[in-house]
Amino acid sequence: MYEFKYHRPATVRQAANILLKNEDAKLIAGGHTLLPVMKQRLAAPPHLVDLSHVEGLDGIEIKGRSLVIGATAKHADVAASAIVGEAIPALAELASLIGDPAVRHKGTIGGSLANNDPTADYPAAVLALGATIVTNKRKLKPEEFFQGLFTTALEPDEIITKVSFPIPKKAAYIKFRNQASRYALVGVFVAKRPSDVRVTVTGAGSEGVFRVTAFEEALKKRFSPKALDGIHVDADGLNSDLHGSAEYRAHLIGVLAKRAVEAANAKPEKELPEPDPTQPSVG
Amino acid sequence: MTRLSSAQRHLVRFTLNGKPVQGEAEPRLLLTDFLRQTIGATGTHVGCEHGVCGACTITVDGELARACLTLAVQIDGCELRTVEGLAPAPDRLGVLQAAFRRNHALQCGFCTAGILMSLDHYLRAHPKPSEAEIRDLLSGHLCRCTGYTPIVQAALEAAAELAELSRSDHRDV
Repeated sequence: MYEFKYHRPATVRQAANILLKNEDAKLIAGGHTLLPVMKQRLAAPPHLVDLSHVEGLDGIEIKGRSLVIGATAKHADVAASAIVGEAIPALAELASLIGDPAVRHKGTIGGSLANNDPTADYPAAVLALGATIVTNKRKLKPEEFFQGLFTTALEPDEIITKVSFPIPKKAAYIKFRNQASRYALVGVFVAKRPSDVRVTVTGAGSEGVFRVTAFEEALKKRFSPKALDGIHVDADGLNSDLHGSAEYRAHLIGVLAKRAVEAANAKPEKELPEPDPTQPSVG
Repeated sequence: MTRLSSAQRHLVRFTLNGKPVQGEAEPRLLLTDFLRQTIGATGTHVGCEHGVCGACTITVDGELARACLTLAVQIDGCELRTVEGLAPAPDRLGVLQAAFRRNHALQCGFCTAGILMSLDHYLRAHPKPSEAEIRDLLSGHLCRCTGYTPIVQAALEAAAELAELSRSDHRDV
């Protein structure tokens, strides 16, 4: 690993200032993606900015009708949080399926989203639940935030501070794990929201997380696994590698979506007021 | 705010298995190399060096972590536990270690330090683990000798023995 200066700021503002002054500086939280990449000398940032000592960046709370998770909340914290378990159990479940215990104790939600690995789990939840990604500069919708393979809308001196998830009526995440790496070969997140249904897929798309609108329309009419009978996902544009062909992944999307709907239906539906179109739903 | 220059060594103070220790590290030094080469605690093994094999697993402030994906300067002020902290005395094995020995749960022993740390951490919080839970936990570790079966067996035996011990008195894993 090439040498670098190590910065441990106490506030997001300090961290952003370092990024502003040093174009090639990189943020580090759990470090489970960045450090291996640096060891392989695929990246050699001259400055590392460690966010793990920034106070108040890892909170988990309910604000209005949303669950708000701080950027440095670890996967293990989200998985074990009673607040998450009550508000969006599918999200706690998703966090509990990331990697192995050592990964979950280090990895953070902000780090996962900023990296936008096409096989990461959180992007599926963020897109399906219509979460808002809050940074030190602005609020971003998932459609703006995710911009393809390992690419996001984040500017060089922009830092994710929290993610605000509107609470759905029902949701579930089903993941078909690569047995060795524990990354999603395919992961499907299904969310029944007050206004619509969303089905998102991670692990399969060559451009990262995406929605399956044909499934969404069918499920909006009838939220049942049977509603998806006969609807096929096209293998075009899906990943194909030694772990599975594009056709296999396309097939898995259908299978996992049905299982996700079934899992969502096994949970009690939350009583939520209809959304007020005049009020923005996120804080 | 802490700023550590790149080409210099910086003092890192921490607690290792209950004892205060300190050493000097450049920012780019990994915790694995720091523990083994600077501190001299060679129980923590270095396998793949990129977070896959789990041989370097330790606990930092009570949570499992891979020492090969941690910078030495990041653990300043933390409490670390490594495989050297498992045995109750230099000439005695802990319950989990003894179960490993009994069941031939190691052959070359390279992965063992990390696996012991993961299992020790898990059994403290989950005194009655199922075989499936143990196997899921072991997904973070690679063992090329045993085929895992004796490791699972040793873990289940240790859990049963610890449950028995905690009924009579409270003893360390």
